[in-house]
Amino acid sequence: MVEKRPLLDFITHAVLIVGAFVIAFPLYVTFVASTLSLEEIMSVPMPLLPGSHFVENYSQVLFAGSTGGSKAAVLDMLLNSTVMALAVPLGKITISILSSFAIVYFRFPLRNFFFWMIFVTLMLPVEVRIIPTFKVMADLGLLNTYAGLTLPLIASATATFLFRQFFMTIPDELAEAARMDGAGPMRFFWDVVVPLSKTTMAALFVIQFIYGWNQYLWPLLIASDESMYTVVIGIKRMITGGDAANEWNLIMATAMLAMLPPALVVVLMQKWFVKGLVETEK
Amino acid sequence: MEKRVVFRSAWLPYALLAPQLAITAVFFFWPAGQAVWYSFQLQDAFGLHSSFVWFDNFAALFRDPHYLESFKTTAVFSVAVAGLGITISLLLATMADRVVRGALVYKTVLIWPYAVAAAVAGVLWAFLFAPSIGIVTYVLKGFGVDWNWIIKGDQAMLLIIIASVWKQISYNFLFFLAGLQSIPKSLIEAAAIDGAGPARRFWTIVLPLLSPTAFFLLVVNVVYAFFDTFGVIDATTQGGPAQATQILVYKVYHDGIKSADIGGSSAQSVILMIIVIALTAVQFKYIERRVQY
Repeated sequence: MVEKRPLLDFITHAVLIVGAFVIAFPLYVTFVASTLSLEEIMSVPMPLLPGSHFVENYSQVLFAGSTGGSKAAVLDMLLNSTVMALAVPLGKITISILSSFAIVYFRFPLRNFFFWMIFVTLMLPVEVRIIPTFKVMADLGLLNTYAGLTLPLIASATATFLFRQFFMTIPDELAEAARMDGAGPMRFFWDVVVPLSKTTMAALFVIQFIYGWNQYLWPLLIASDESMYTVVIGIKRMITGGDAANEWNLIMATAMLAMLPPALVVVLMQKWFVKGLVETEK
Repeated sequence: MEKRVVFRSAWLPYALLAPQLAITAVFFFWPAGQAVWYSFQLQDAFGLHSSFVWFDNFAALFRDPHYLESFKTTAVFSVAVAGLGITISLLLATMADRVVRGALVYKTVLIWPYAVAAAVAGVLWAFLFAPSIGIVTYVLKGFGVDWNWIIKGDQAMLLIIIASVWKQISYNFLFFLAGLQSIPKSLIEAAAIDGAGPARRFWTIVLPLLSPTAFFLLVVNVVYAFFDTFGVIDATTQGGPAQATQILVYKVYHDGIKSADIGGSSAQSVILMIIVIALTAVQFKYIERRVQY
């Protein structure tokens, strides 16, 4: 700080505290509601201190599910979400590190054409081609399968670009030395490129884990069977009617469970998260 | 940029590219092509017969008052989400950049909503604002505000704006903070020695230097409001009441999946694709400029 200004310091902290309060308030209310009984929530205004039904609510949703709306157990949904959140980043990293290696380290006919083919996919988010993609999935028999949930999401240009950018910064001398020592391209890939790319991979993994975990529209279309629900879809399916008809205590417990893994990833891996976020958007 | 040292192989590069190209072709080009194809077709109610109708689907769309209304809704919604999101996070980032004590705590609290799924963010806010049991509704009633977003369109709009902005603040905040921290301290100090106060320094030095970040975030936020808020809307208002919150992407979903109007929905998809391509082009033009800068 350049100069001492006690009043400005006070305002700064005041603004930040108000901001942090507004940001955190929904989380706090969600947590409180997940520890109350349904009757306590229905009494207006609901209590703002945690109640005594924590274990009851959480074990009910984890092992039995809600009684209205979706009846699937949240533990199974968490498993499906985990599969998605792991398969999407791993798949994405694998196919894009291979393709950008080919684009950067080889000269071959149609190279630019393929590069542009991948590039164009940046412009077509799932949301704009919902119906035809759904039809394609149905034709291929991929509805209600893990392959159907994850495969369409692992193709993306962003990861390919990120790796391409990074490969450009690897000194040419390394490839030259490898060639002189008689190493083939794949040997060079495994012994030099992959170890050097570890930071980029970690950053991508964190961002894509959150992306995979939080997918909504895609599983909504593909997973019509309760056994394939992800936890985000599960919450939506528990909301059946007007606001008084829902089992809010169970919905909020499920919401806590849905937020926890990605929030932990963001907070504990803050360094990778910020790096990944800032770099994937460049 | 090209590598000077390259490897040679007649088949290996194709093999390395194959997985990505296969997925891109099956899940991007095939469906996108079909969207364009369906948009020129009219299907009968049972999907048994379809005929080629040229631009009839598009013409019908632009004659449809609901579709034009959806354009307006999208415009209001995205301007509000981008404007509020950018302003609030710029304020918070500027403040967070000033503090020394407790910086990590503030930062951690402010960035975690990024981890919340859009649909979950919608559910959390819908619960706070629930017409009969919501805690915020209760407070509003104390102030004499009759809150019921299930029947009042403008309140429904406000609800999805709040939920969408809340989720996006952390993203904007991180980018602004990174931008602020990359401004050389010597510039600020020089201005302070010349007698410029904090407000003057913000307007004449910090804000102009942040403008590339702000512009980048503007494009990202508009794209976010256009597409990624689908979860917020589907989990709360579902486009209602009376289509007051039916943004373009929700209408594509609603007409295509719920009303099974394949031709009309595909025509809307094609229009959306054109909008995305235009937005992406703007974004890339800007990135080219920034590289020179």
